[in-house]
Amino acid sequence: MTGQGNSGPRTVVVGVGNEFRRDDGAGPEVIARLRALQPGDASLSGVTLALSDGEPGRMIDLWEGARLAVVIDAVRDPAMPPGHRYQLAVDALSGVADGVASSHSIGFSDTVELARVLGRLPERLLVFAVVGRDFGFGIELTAEVAAAIAELVEQVREIVR
Amino acid sequence: MSHKTDRTLVVRALARVEGEGAMHVRVRGGAVEDVRLEIYEPPRFFEAFLRGRRHTEPPDITARICGICPVAYQMSACLAIEAACGIQVSAPVADLRRLLYCGEWIESHALHIYLLHAPDFLGYASALDLAREGRGRGLVERGLALKKAGNAIMELVGGRAIHPVNVRVGGFYRAPARTEMAALAEKLRVALDLALDTVAWAAGFEFPDFHHDHEMLALVTPGQYAIDRGTVASTGGLTFAPAEFEDYVIEEQVPHSTALHARLAGRGRYLTGPTARYTLSGQWLSPLARQAADAAGLGAECRNPFRSILVRAVEVVYAVDEALRLIDRYEPPAPCYLEVPPRAAVGHGATEAPRGVLFHRYAIDAAGLITSARIVPPTSQNQASIENDLRRFVADRLDLDDEQLTRQCEQAIRNYDPCISCSTHFLDLTVDRG
Repeated sequence: MTGQGNSGPRTVVVGVGNEFRRDDGAGPEVIARLRALQPGDASLSGVTLALSDGEPGRMIDLWEGARLAVVIDAVRDPAMPPGHRYQLAVDALSGVADGVASSHSIGFSDTVELARVLGRLPERLLVFAVVGRDFGFGIELTAEVAAAIAELVEQVREIVR
Repeated sequence: MSHKTDRTLVVRALARVEGEGAMHVRVRGGAVEDVRLEIYEPPRFFEAFLRGRRHTEPPDITARICGICPVAYQMSACLAIEAACGIQVSAPVADLRRLLYCGEWIESHALHIYLLHAPDFLGYASALDLAREGRGRGLVERGLALKKAGNAIMELVGGRAIHPVNVRVGGFYRAPARTEMAALAEKLRVALDLALDTVAWAAGFEFPDFHHDHEMLALVTPGQYAIDRGTVASTGGLTFAPAEFEDYVIEEQVPHSTALHARLAGRGRYLTGPTARYTLSGQWLSPLARQAADAAGLGAECRNPFRSILVRAVEVVYAVDEALRLIDRYEPPAPCYLEVPPRAAVGHGATEAPRGVLFHRYAIDAAGLITSARIVPPTSQNQASIENDLRRFVADRLDLDDEQLTRQCEQAIRNYDPCISCSTHFLDLTVDRG
């Protein structure tokens, strides 16, 4: 992880998921691409790039005190085609989460609510969710999700710039 | 209340069990006909994935099997590969591994106690609901603070909190400096108080009167509470080396699950995990942890699965105490790893994951490529015992209405902290009453 040490990162980007569960690896893939870009990319300078399995305690630790936290996760949503992307602001999460179930068993919306109750939300929290097709074991993203990654990376770069 | 003799109840998502799976309970004519815990094990993906990989890769690859217990997978993998290659790491490296493992126990147990299991005992639907109540917020904060201490160990010794990157076959890429360890010890001294408070708090919970007669199985290292190594032992008097694991533990296919069910050859179902560890190694807890266990009313053995939350709390005290002991005598190992040249051989490794014994076996060829791999996680070992307990548990509670029964089943399943993400895909609870 790169970042600004114990003073707390001003901006953190968290990729949630498991790269051995096919489309669940979308978040980690975005982080991998951002890490590759970071050394020569002014827009990513000083940005903390982190991975998460969605476990709530570590997630809250990652974003607590941040000016901006961007979370990238894969979701199931039969209503939308694989590769479809959502961009959600934290206040919108509670309304959307019921219809867009995360692949993680401890719901992301619960993690956000827990952080809110504990007063440990970042100043601003944005979520990029990409609809996955296959969450079975395997190391490759499906074509639909893989095709969405490049634009996701660009969106994140724009947001944190 | 419901007095129907045939009914169906479906609960979608047993949300506070790590990972994914399915639980089915079928009631016919007022009697429990069948209880099944479905664990889909899309089919041993990692065992197949490891074939053809370098003998140095299993610690990194198997760490991805479970986000909650990556160190367990790394440690069992390292032991197995090193056994195959005839390498034994130095005592300081072994101590550093044990310290890292303490971090995982603290993290995993604190998560389970505070965010998953305690809300059941306190009458809340979730940790979120608990945190919304006056005193509840402080309890959740305490749990997260305790968990963070484990996190700090994982970050320093493991290199990062999720999927540690500092572990390698033969040792560690880098050994932390003593100054770094001193800063860590400061955090752990605070955590020790939180851990002791946790035991005292959990001791006040109301535990259902429920006991099992399963044979319990755990690693044992006489003189020390087993974590990172040991001989396999059972309450029925079995003792065998990890290399003999497959002679004693038989895995077989059952009709309702793609996962293999484990049983002890010629004996049957068994239970591994915190209560088994406590029962077999409780006398080797540190004095502080032993004192906490005694004050909490834990006896020489624990056969009530509902009291597993109390055992986990005691194990957190032990893990923090043990971590402090290891840090106190810490000298950076030099070298911090041994080269492990491959040879054609088979190696076995077993360690105590937070949920119980985790067994690995690898066959390696002379070029260092893995020709076969076998991983037996604790949850699949416990499956038959969980089903047996659920059958008895439900039979005694058929007068409850569907909502109450489902809620109590969920609590009962959580007693075993099944990490179904190690081996499965979705968790739904279905109670079918005909």
